[in-house]
Amino acid sequence: MSNAVEPRGLSKVGLQINGWLVYLFFYAPIVLLVIFSFSESRNVGKWGGFTLSWYEQFIDSSNARNALENSIKIAIVVTIISVILGTMSALALERFTFKGKRVFDALLYLPIIIPDVTMAVMLLLFFGEFFEILDNLFGLQLRKGFWSISISHIAFNISFVSVVVRARLAGMSTDLEEAAVDLYASRWKAFRHVTFPQILPGIAGGALLAMTLSLDDVVITQFVAGPGWTTLPVYVFGLIRKGVTPLINSISVIMLVSSMLLVGLSLLAERTRRGG
Amino acid sequence: MRKRESSEHVVEVATPEFEKTAQKKEARRGLLMALPSYLYLILFFVIPLAIVLIYSFATRNRFGGTDLSGWNVESYERIAEPIVRTILFRSLWLAILTTVICLVIAYPFAYYLSTRKPAIRNVMLVFVMIPFWTNFLVRNYAWRVILGNDGPFTKVTEFFGLGTHELLFSQKAVVLGLVYGYLPFMILPLYAAIERIDGQLLEASRDLYGNGWQSFKNVLLPLSMPGVIAGSILVFVPSLGAYVTPEVLGGAKTTLLGSYIVTQFLTARNWPFGAALSFVLMAVMLLMTIIYFRKGGRTL
Amino acid sequence: MTAAVKLKGITKKFGDVTAVDNVDLTIEDGEFFSLLGPSGCGKTTTLRMIAGLEFPTEGSLSIFGEEVGTLAPNKRSVNTVFQNYALFPHLTVIDNVGFGLKMQGVAKKETKERAMEMIELVQLAGLETRKPSQMSGGQQQRVALARALVNQPKVLLLDEPLGALDLKLRQEMQLELKKLQRDVGISFVFVTHDQEEALTMSDRIAVMHEGKLLQVASPEEIYESPANRFVADFIGRTNLLDGTTADNETVVLSNGTSIRAQNTFPQGTKVSISIRPERTKITQRSESSDPYSSVQGTVETITYLGNARVYGVKFTWLSIEVREENRPGLEVFNVGDDVTVHWEYDAISVVED
Repeated sequence: MSNAVEPRGLSKVGLQINGWLVYLFFYAPIVLLVIFSFSESRNVGKWGGFTLSWYEQFIDSSNARNALENSIKIAIVVTIISVILGTMSALALERFTFKGKRVFDALLYLPIIIPDVTMAVMLLLFFGEFFEILDNLFGLQLRKGFWSISISHIAFNISFVSVVVRARLAGMSTDLEEAAVDLYASRWKAFRHVTFPQILPGIAGGALLAMTLSLDDVVITQFVAGPGWTTLPVYVFGLIRKGVTPLINSISVIMLVSSMLLVGLSLLAERTRRGG
Repeated sequence: MRKRESSEHVVEVATPEFEKTAQKKEARRGLLMALPSYLYLILFFVIPLAIVLIYSFATRNRFGGTDLSGWNVESYERIAEPIVRTILFRSLWLAILTTVICLVIAYPFAYYLSTRKPAIRNVMLVFVMIPFWTNFLVRNYAWRVILGNDGPFTKVTEFFGLGTHELLFSQKAVVLGLVYGYLPFMILPLYAAIERIDGQLLEASRDLYGNGWQSFKNVLLPLSMPGVIAGSILVFVPSLGAYVTPEVLGGAKTTLLGSYIVTQFLTARNWPFGAALSFVLMAVMLLMTIIYFRKGGRTL
Repeated sequence: MTAAVKLKGITKKFGDVTAVDNVDLTIEDGEFFSLLGPSGCGKTTTLRMIAGLEFPTEGSLSIFGEEVGTLAPNKRSVNTVFQNYALFPHLTVIDNVGFGLKMQGVAKKETKERAMEMIELVQLAGLETRKPSQMSGGQQQRVALARALVNQPKVLLLDEPLGALDLKLRQEMQLELKKLQRDVGISFVFVTHDQEEALTMSDRIAVMHEGKLLQVASPEEIYESPANRFVADFIGRTNLLDGTTADNETVVLSNGTSIRAQNTFPQGTKVSISIRPERTKITQRSESSDPYSSVQGTVETITYLGNARVYGVKFTWLSIEVREENRPGLEVFNVGDDVTVHWEYDAISVVED
């Protein structure tokens, strides 16, 4: 708030306490989880001396390792395709007028708004019908797995990437592109040398979001994953439902650390870019 | 068309027809850029949505499959059944509760945040963003560990002589998990709305003999209303459709709409009914979002 | 002289709105030419059409005799200084200045040399590795100039380039721009809404209003003999009094006063007479003054400006503004004084409504 009024007296103390409690609420569970992942006790919430054995168990578990590998593979493919499609949509919506633009705009918002569960149901039924049609027409025996998961993740990530890139594009004056073509740049060169470097932070932000959402998704993936072919969150979710074990603690911490690493890296990149 | 020769180029003299063709060409470029995503969303979003709609009017056969004939609205009628109604109202109630709790915690926090110096504010914001970016399932699981048998929560209640409290697998645990998961969704739009308000307005209110409460009620709250609405919808919508949280922290007695829909597909094998439920859920969210945009909200 | 830019019957429509309406205009080579008018008058659209950022709906546009109406902007040998400079924020000063040369495929070494030369010309030597965000508004302005001029355009287009600067810096830049234009010898087409700026800098001015060209003339001519009421009102301060022509020597004001005013309009035409405040004199009420070149009135307001006093004098229901430069021994009047306001016969111009 500009010209903020500094809170006084009792309200100030109250606000401060509330602030600390919010952070305690956010971080205490995460910190406790990390601590317990090193606990020897078979009870997941009890301290029983330091051990790394749960991490070793993760490394030894081929199921968990496979699931992790699948997650990473999918996240990479999904991020690349979503970023390309999402950025193109953002450019089309921010810089052009065309027939059906408003419908397209509204359509792009839907995957963001729609509940996970509905989207999961939609894609489950779709792939069922789709595979049946392919089987009847071409005798293709397709099974759910890598591609059905990737296609589903891309279906919602295009929208997220496009929203993020669009925000960046909207903040960039068209003056810059006009200046570029005035200075003898072709449309393509103007994009490459001016527009693209300007929206790069938006594209990077969109990529981070797409990757995070892909690595996080449980509900939709669970519906479109194939037997014996699944991602890490769905694998963990399955384990949790069977009953908690210290192994889940260690996998959770690995997932936690990797997503924080991802965010940390992007913040660092942002800072160095701004500084240089 | 008139043309004029020059030493290097043949450049057409501007005419309304030329302008029209040029505009059409430009529009085609735009459409071409949108087309891949457009087609992708039609194939993998619009068609699936249509399939759900079709299924919701179909009949379940004896083998747990679905007959795509004999259209009826039975699945929608079933929503009125007591057991479904109970689940519906329970979901609604828990989503509202979650939203209100988030609002009560987040509002003072967002206000406090907006009164900090920019440098401190940025650091504080980063630490709100980190949980937002952290795996949702893992964050819910952390509470399972804390609330679990003989876990830290029990230790704390026993220490204070409150006896053993079984929070896990209750509705309270589900609300706790939802608040924990979606609090950043409330803080960020609230902060954005409050941050935009000119602090001089509050000073003016004080100057006109308003006390703290009056200033809040008559100045701060109305001006930050867009943030309140945005945050409430951002929390309410996913809470209503929650699936992971009730599965991880809730129990048999806390079945919510999300889990109930999933059950229809994975265990009960009543696909038409599941399709109808998910369609209704989507319609509710769509409605909420339209209200949000009508109220002038712009960010999602 | 050859025509640097020639517009013939240029019209630009945005949907149903006509931004520029059938404009004919010739800009000579080597002149400092201003497009002047209030916002929304079509001056910027005209400039953008010359730059190629907008194509005309209709009409012919040529640069040094070559038709360019529908030629892409990157193929025209004109360059633009944008309103907010539009410097590329991710590039250093030298890369900004060298951008046009790089796009034209000039060798790296030559690009660098020519960019450096230009940076020195606009007195920014030593700042070439800075980013635009690390520079003041005045410095950014110079970078924008250098970035355009380094390409040796045949015509330089400037879209309100001084609008963002504070008054003092703006006045400095006005002189500097004028000098720069004489040095490089090409024509500058300068868009502004500031009439004073246009008067100071231009060889010729085109006044635009609602998409139409109202008058194209030298600053003196525009000030002394405005083509119509709008131009008279827009350029400088003036008294505009409504009336009707009685003959080619006389205009009858709406309150019945006859004023001697040479005009070429048929008898009975509704006109306004325009008298500049600084061309009128104020004295104590005297019945002896020429009744056809004076009015009797009462001082209603006085504004003290330091170097001058401005009196508002009321006569019947009309009022007239008188500006008197301060000098020692000048008679000073008070509110309520009965006075006579008179002028030289040739101080009046008659304009159509």
